[in-house]
Amino acid sequence: MLNSFAFFGALETGFIFGLVALGVFLSFRVLDFPDLTVDGSFPLGAAVAATLIVSDVHPLLATFCACLAGSAAGLVTAWLNVQLKILHLLASILTMIALYSINLRIMDGPNKALLGVETLLSPLDHLAIPYYIAYPIAFGLLAGAVMLALVWFLKTEVGLAMRATGSNPRMAMANGVNTKRMIMLGMALSNALVALAGALFAQSQGSADVTMGVGVIVIGLASVIGGEALVPKRTLFFWVLACILGSILYRLVIAVALNGEMLGLKAQDLNLITAVLVTIAIVAPNWKSYFRSRSA
Amino acid sequence: MTIRKLSFALIASLIGSNTSLLQAEPAQKHIAITQIVEHPALDAVRNGVKDVLAEAGWNEGSNLKWDYQSAQGATATAAQIAKKFAGDQPDVIVAIATPSAQAVVASARASNIIFSAVTDPVDAKLVKAWDQPGPNVSGVSDLTPIDQHMALIKKVLPTAKKIGVIYNPGEANSVSLVNLVQKYAPISGLTVVEAASPKSADVQTATRSLVGKVDAIYLPTDNTVISALEGVIKIAEQAKIPLFAADTDSVKRGAIAALGFNYYDVGRQTGAMVVKVLQGTSPADLPVEGVEKTELFVNPGAAKRMGIELSPELIQQAKEVIQ
Repeated sequence: MLNSFAFFGALETGFIFGLVALGVFLSFRVLDFPDLTVDGSFPLGAAVAATLIVSDVHPLLATFCACLAGSAAGLVTAWLNVQLKILHLLASILTMIALYSINLRIMDGPNKALLGVETLLSPLDHLAIPYYIAYPIAFGLLAGAVMLALVWFLKTEVGLAMRATGSNPRMAMANGVNTKRMIMLGMALSNALVALAGALFAQSQGSADVTMGVGVIVIGLASVIGGEALVPKRTLFFWVLACILGSILYRLVIAVALNGEMLGLKAQDLNLITAVLVTIAIVAPNWKSYFRSRSA
Repeated sequence: MTIRKLSFALIASLIGSNTSLLQAEPAQKHIAITQIVEHPALDAVRNGVKDVLAEAGWNEGSNLKWDYQSAQGATATAAQIAKKFAGDQPDVIVAIATPSAQAVVASARASNIIFSAVTDPVDAKLVKAWDQPGPNVSGVSDLTPIDQHMALIKKVLPTAKKIGVIYNPGEANSVSLVNLVQKYAPISGLTVVEAASPKSADVQTATRSLVGKVDAIYLPTDNTVISALEGVIKIAEQAKIPLFAADTDSVKRGAIAALGFNYYDVGRQTGAMVVKVLQGTSPADLPVEGVEKTELFVNPGAAKRMGIELSPELIQQAKEVIQ
C-alpha cells in the first residue's frame, strides 16, 4: 500500500513533528498553557536557519541560533502573560501574528530556498544507505535523545517545580516555587523545540516558507492527544514517548490517505480522510471498553 | 525481473519490426502531478497539462496513469506527497507552484521533474539559470511580462504618473512581481505606491489607502488580492481610479484591461514540455520557458465606470472585448 519512500518519509516527517509534539506537550500538558506561538516559532526556526545557512554560517550553528530565536519567541509570549497579565491564549496569538511579519523580515521575502546548499543533512547523502532511509534514522535518534533529555529534566528539581506550576500554581507558590520564572523557562524550552523542528524541516525539504507554520499547533495537539490515546500513560516516560508515537501515527495516516484513489477517493478528500483515520486510530484501542460502559 | 516480465521482453524483442504497428498508440505512461493548494489558476494549469497529454495520445484510464495530489495548503503534506512520488517512480513528476516544486526537487532526486507556475525558479533554487536547467529538473515560469504591462498603462493613460500596487507581502510570487514593477515602471515614466494586504479581508482597506494618491491601480497576479477582486473594483469605481490587472480573468470580473496570459495556456505549455520528456528528451536539455502566449483583454464598460474612455484602436487590438 505504501512505497518505501512514502513510509520512510512519513517516519522522517513524524520524527520532526515529534519535536513539535514534545514542545506542545511541555506548554499544553506540563504548564497547562495553551500556546499558539508555535504556528509562528516553527517557521521562525526555519527562517533563521535557512537565512543563516544561505549566508554561509555553519548549519549546526544556524540550527542552534534557530533554537535561540524560538526560545526568545516563547519568552515574549510568557512575558506578555506573566508580566503584562494578558490572557495566555491572546498573548500567544499576539506573538504568533507578530512572527509572521518578523519571518518575512528575516528571510527578506516569503521563501528561502536551501536546495543544493550544504545543510546539516548533507553528510547523510554520502552514506552507504540511501538518503531516504538515513534521514529518518538521524531524526529518530535526535527525537529519541531529546525525549530522554526531556524526561530527565522533568524529574529534576526544576522540572518538578515546573510540573507543580502547571498542575497547582498556588500550592507551587506556597512551596516557594517562582511560578512566573517557571512559565518563562517552560515556554522558552517549548518554543526552542518547535523552532528546532522548523529548522530541521526546512533543511530536509529544501526551503523555508512563511506559510509553513499554518496549522502546526493543530498537528502538535493531535499528536499529543492521539498519542495519549494509544499509549497508556503509566509513567512520565510513556507519556512523553506517546507524543512522538502520536506524531508518527499522524504522518502514517496521511501517507495512507494519499493512496485514497484505490477507494475511489480524490485528492480533495485528503484532509477528511486524515481526520477520519486519526479518529479511528484513537478510538479503536478503547472500542471494547466503550461498548462495555454502554451496556453496563 | 520476474520470469513473466522476462518472457514479455523476449517476445517483444522477437516481434521486433512488427512493434511499429503496436506503437500507433503510445505506450503506457505514469504522470504524478501535485499542487500546493486547490486554486482556480493552479487547477487550470493542471487541466492544460492533461489536455495536451490527451492530444498527444495519452488518455487517463487507457494508457495514462494520472496520479494527482493536492497538499491542501500544508507544507508538511507537500513533503510527504513528494516522497510518495519519489517512491512511485513515475515517468514524469509535474509540480505546480513554488513550495510543491521545492519539496519534489528535494525528495525525488532520480525522477524527471517538470515544474509549472513558479515565478522565479532561480531564486527558488530549482535551477541554476533559465538556460541551465537541473540534471532532472526544468519547467515553465509564470513570470508576467511586467514591462509590457507598464507600457499598456501608459498607452491607455498617457498623463498617468503614479500607480498603486496592491499585494500580499507573504506571497513569494507577488514580492518578485512588485520588485519587477518597481524596476520597469520608471521606464514608462511611472512611480509606484505600494499597498500591502496580508489577508483577503485587508484588500479593501489597502485599496482605500491608495485613493487620492495614485492615477491608476495595477494588480499583480496575487492570490490574496485576486480572491477579493470585487472589493477593489467597487472602490476603484467609486473613486474613479482606472484599475488594470495582470491576468485576463480579472478583466472579465471588471478591471479595465490586462495584457495577460491564462493559466490554462501555461498548463498547455507545461504539457508540451512533459510530452517531450515522455518522448525521451531529458529535462536537462530543455531550458526553462517563460510565458509565450499573451493576449489583450479590454473592458470598455469598466473603463467608463472608472471615468475613462478606451481608444477605438486599442479595442481593435484586443483579443477579447468584454461588454
